[in-house]
Amino acid sequence: MPKITYIEHDGAVHTVEAELGSTVMETALRNDVASIVAECGGSCTCATCLVHVDETWFAVVGPPSAEEEEMLDTAFEVKPTSRLSCQIKVTEALDGLIVRTPAYQGR
Amino acid sequence: MSDTIKTDVLIIGAGPVGLFAVFELGLLDIKAHLVDILDKVGGQCAELYPEKPIYDIPGIPLITGHGLTEALMRQIKPFGPTFHLGEMVTAIENIGDPLFRVTTDAGKTFECKAVVIAAGGGSFQPKRPPIPGIEPYEEKSVFYAVRKIENFRGKRLLVVGGGDSALDWTLNLQPIAKRLTLVHRRDDFRGAPDSVNKMRALVAAGAMDLKIGQVSGLEGADGVLTAASIKGKDAVEHVECDAMLPFFGLTMKLGPVADWGLEMDDELIKVNTGTFETNKVGLFAIGDINTYTGKLKLILSGFHEAALMAQKAHHYVHPDKRLVFQYTTSSTSLQKKLGVA
Repeated sequence: MPKITYIEHDGAVHTVEAELGSTVMETALRNDVASIVAECGGSCTCATCLVHVDETWFAVVGPPSAEEEEMLDTAFEVKPTSRLSCQIKVTEALDGLIVRTPAYQGR
Repeated sequence: MSDTIKTDVLIIGAGPVGLFAVFELGLLDIKAHLVDILDKVGGQCAELYPEKPIYDIPGIPLITGHGLTEALMRQIKPFGPTFHLGEMVTAIENIGDPLFRVTTDAGKTFECKAVVIAAGGGSFQPKRPPIPGIEPYEEKSVFYAVRKIENFRGKRLLVVGGGDSALDWTLNLQPIAKRLTLVHRRDDFRGAPDSVNKMRALVAAGAMDLKIGQVSGLEGADGVLTAASIKGKDAVEHVECDAMLPFFGLTMKLGPVADWGLEMDDELIKVNTGTFETNKVGLFAIGDINTYTGKLKLILSGFHEAALMAQKAHHYVHPDKRLVFQYTTSSTSLQKKLGVA
């Protein structure tokens, strides 16, 4: 199974196994990554599962869809490599992925 | 607004569980009013996933949040519930045995024999931007809603966001503002194309400013804003302003529920699982907002809780009437209430 590393704003690091086909958001919730809120449960309607994808990984993960880009408008401290983690599906290609989580998800 | 509205039961929250509570109460001849902070019914189903499929409503293999809301509204129509939308319940006072006086932020007062809290994840409130030192400015120079347009006349305004709220208020406030600046993180807007075109025309005509970036700091003193820093792609810009209006959508906050003297566990209301009554007599909590051993935050659990709540609420609303359990399939009296007999 691919491994994903979450680096939280307070420095906490979680390297966890992710199920293929699940999302980076679901994997975070399953592994108690506290700074992922995911209020809407993965519907791409709340922007409370923001992550900053590590720059070396952004090309692999790819840019957000138009729908996701619109939701990013309601997030804070959005960077060029920011994504909503509910919209990133886990694939073999993401083995080793590193994402950072913001201090504040809007609540 | 000072006239007290008398009803049997007041339901706080018009999400699926609050709506279904109208049905269960209605079968027992209990009338209900509902209050919801959103300007529409459906709660999270309407706000967070109107178009997303729900697969776990018993007997309905697939329905959207919007579809479920519509179906529930049809189901409860015979009971004629009254809705008070865009309002938040701020206080619940116990004035009898049991009798409650409930007030909303719009100044309405209700008197009822039971209160049902079906508030889900709390109330949907505007997201507050994490700008350092923003707190002292809130409600003085930083506003998440426009209550009176006149308050902004002749002022230098900063509107932040890229959706319909930001664009609508930009267009409404621009004519009366001294100068209006719209700030958005990218030069693309998700709001209605017509509003976007109107805004761009104003910018082209020099009647307002558009800055691409994110607000990173505020300047001023004692809650009086004088300027904001806007972090763009390459530089930080300084924009003078008297007021800022951020529009970043809504998020769920527990809100006033925490102040009602209820026994809580981690922001959830503890209930008796036989009646879904809280530690306060006549005050019930159903749906996502409650907690008990084995609780699952499922719509179907909330429906079950609504049915049991109604049985107990009957004691308070009709203390002199004996409650006889009946089925809608066979009871003529229930069918009459539903308008099908």
